[in-house]
Amino acid sequence: MTKAPALGKDLVGLEHLSAEQIRLILETAEAFKEVSERPIKKVPALRGKTIVNLFFEASTRTRTSFEFAEKRLSADTVNVASSGSSVSKGETLVDTARNLEAMRIDMVVIRHPSSGSAEFLGNRIRSNVINAGDGKHEHPTQGLLDLLTLRDKFGKLEGLKVAICGDVTHSRVARSNIWGLRKLGAQVAVCGPASLVPRDIAALGVEVIPHIDDAIRWADALNVLRLQLERMTSGFIPSLREYNRVFGVTRERLERAQKDLVVMHPGPMNRGVEIDSDVADGPFSVILPQVTNGVAVRMAVLYLLAGGGPDWQHQGGGE
Amino acid sequence: MTRPILIKGGRVIDPSRRSDGIADVYLAEGRVASVGHGIVGEDGCQVIDATGKVVAPGLIDLHVHLREPGFEDLETVATGAMAAAAGGFTAVCAMPNTDPPQDNQGTIGFVISQAQKAGKARVYPVGTISLGQKGEKLSEFGELMSAGAVAVSDDGKPIMNSHLMRTALEYAKTFGLPIADHCEEITLAHAGAMHEGIVATRLGLKGIPAAAEEIHVARDIILSELTGGQIHLCHMSTRGSVALIRRAKDMGLNVSAEVTPHHLTLTHHACEGYNTNAKMNPPLREEADVEALQQALKDGTIDVIATDHAPHHYDAKEREFDEAPNGILGLETAFGLAVSQLVRPGLLSLSDLLYRMSTRPAQLFKLPGGSLATNAPADVVILDPDVEWTVDPRAFFSKSRNTPFGGRTVRGRAEVTIVRGRVVHDRAGA
Repeated sequence: MTKAPALGKDLVGLEHLSAEQIRLILETAEAFKEVSERPIKKVPALRGKTIVNLFFEASTRTRTSFEFAEKRLSADTVNVASSGSSVSKGETLVDTARNLEAMRIDMVVIRHPSSGSAEFLGNRIRSNVINAGDGKHEHPTQGLLDLLTLRDKFGKLEGLKVAICGDVTHSRVARSNIWGLRKLGAQVAVCGPASLVPRDIAALGVEVIPHIDDAIRWADALNVLRLQLERMTSGFIPSLREYNRVFGVTRERLERAQKDLVVMHPGPMNRGVEIDSDVADGPFSVILPQVTNGVAVRMAVLYLLAGGGPDWQHQGGGE
Repeated sequence: MTRPILIKGGRVIDPSRRSDGIADVYLAEGRVASVGHGIVGEDGCQVIDATGKVVAPGLIDLHVHLREPGFEDLETVATGAMAAAAGGFTAVCAMPNTDPPQDNQGTIGFVISQAQKAGKARVYPVGTISLGQKGEKLSEFGELMSAGAVAVSDDGKPIMNSHLMRTALEYAKTFGLPIADHCEEITLAHAGAMHEGIVATRLGLKGIPAAAEEIHVARDIILSELTGGQIHLCHMSTRGSVALIRRAKDMGLNVSAEVTPHHLTLTHHACEGYNTNAKMNPPLREEADVEALQQALKDGTIDVIATDHAPHHYDAKEREFDEAPNGILGLETAFGLAVSQLVRPGLLSLSDLLYRMSTRPAQLFKLPGGSLATNAPADVVILDPDVEWTVDPRAFFSKSRNTPFGGRTVRGRAEVTIVRGRVVHDRAGA
């Protein structure tokens, strides 16, 4: 008995998911959280499935998180990084993937510097494709784990005010957050230097707040984006020092707001640039719970794309 | 010696003489011998029945890339000239970004000799403005012209150095050579992959703002005013550029402009799904830009339609969007798209369209053709402006297949193309 897969073949972004599909992932993740708390952190849901983690960009958190998620579901996994692989010999993306597929794999998790690369791949191979971050486009599992973390904290997302702060233009995390939060009824604002906020971002249904103090005053939660060093060298902002002065999320700014805010960050953090250490390590921070939720969300996505239904605890059993 | 050709009973449209009516056209010795009623050709002449068809001066494209020498896996002069003939073009101007570039007499002469061997559409090479298209030193315009270049351009690469552009405009006046410029302020375009707008924002692709083109258009217009040189602005894409050109023409400056069929047809939404066949430079813009470009063509602000025919290999387009090369094919879809987008909705008459695709291009680059006057070259196209057909890239004569129009149904097609009094394309007999 096969039924229509709940999420389709691939997960390339949250833009094309419905609110129901996103809720299904979050519910499934909720159930998977418990697996990681067991002494023996393993269920047989994806036993016999072969998954390739194809990482064309450096990643610690996301790659490790996917790998734990896969292993805790009992899948067989292989990691391929661009350095030391045939990619560094000039092989094209589609050739790399087709060769891997010729080894009879079931899923590819891809991280790639080009926007659209996950969708490109998904349209050309039969395996399920999961986007682990494509250029400046989307990072859907990060968006989902942010949703799960906010839901844990606030109980619901409807009406919640979330401000996404920093380099919105170059951020795949920002786009996945915007789509996911809007679909689940949250209000979203973006805040950052105008040189790092797309001119037409409001068309995605978000408010633009130019000043960080106003964003803090407005928001129930902040999602603070990583500011990459190359934004300074390529002339989008004058200096990291000034960025911290004008847009940094600091304890003084949070205290001035006189309310309980939740602060998220997708990592890796530049302490003292977009976020100060006493905020990152402080009582408002949910940065480590985000990481914990990342494993559960990725387990849910892997499981649902593999065609699993809500009764995972009773599948693939016999042990 | 080719046989004379008598084209009987067609609707003869000659924009150069503003004539439009049923007539016969008689071609002999590579020239238009006569246009009139009841013409009787000499014994043994080839008779073509054009009843229900349109007979017009052959289409002329001021902007194509034929890729030879250097990139013969994408296109050759011969395949490009055949694709041109199949699209109703009797002459095309080949841009100089070949390898080696058309910055010397030898390469210009080679392209001309390849075109003569092919014997399809005429091919007029465009020389480079700067040696090696490096934007540093002027090419030898006089030498290029004597070898057969009809204009100069560094197309694909804008001339960023304003001093070089100024001296090019001044120096070209000696020879009456038009300067064709690819307008893009590259420090502002900054390696963008598509139009800067809501689609780029959603797709996470770096955008090229309309301002990158407009700043360069404004500079070229100002330099044209300073020097009195003839500037031809390639593939205009924004409403802001249209406004700048309109003002320049009101001032009486020696400025002309072209627009491609795709910029008259598609918007940045064609890039959805990371469709690399919609990736080009300048990029596809917004609905308001398309409307402004159509209007500009109607009122003459933009002079001509040029295809920017840019063959690319399948593999090169079959990859990540930001890594894929810019450009699409144009020769075999241009007339059908133009009729469908401009004539059928009533924006242009067929005669107006033929003026912008034949007579006006010939005038701008001082080329033979664009007219059916007695003694004009026997470069003639027989068109069916009503026939409905579906674009099938596999049927192209071009070596490449990169078009976003595959599967699109259009109206209007070239049936017979005649160059120098010889049939070089006959769809029925092909």
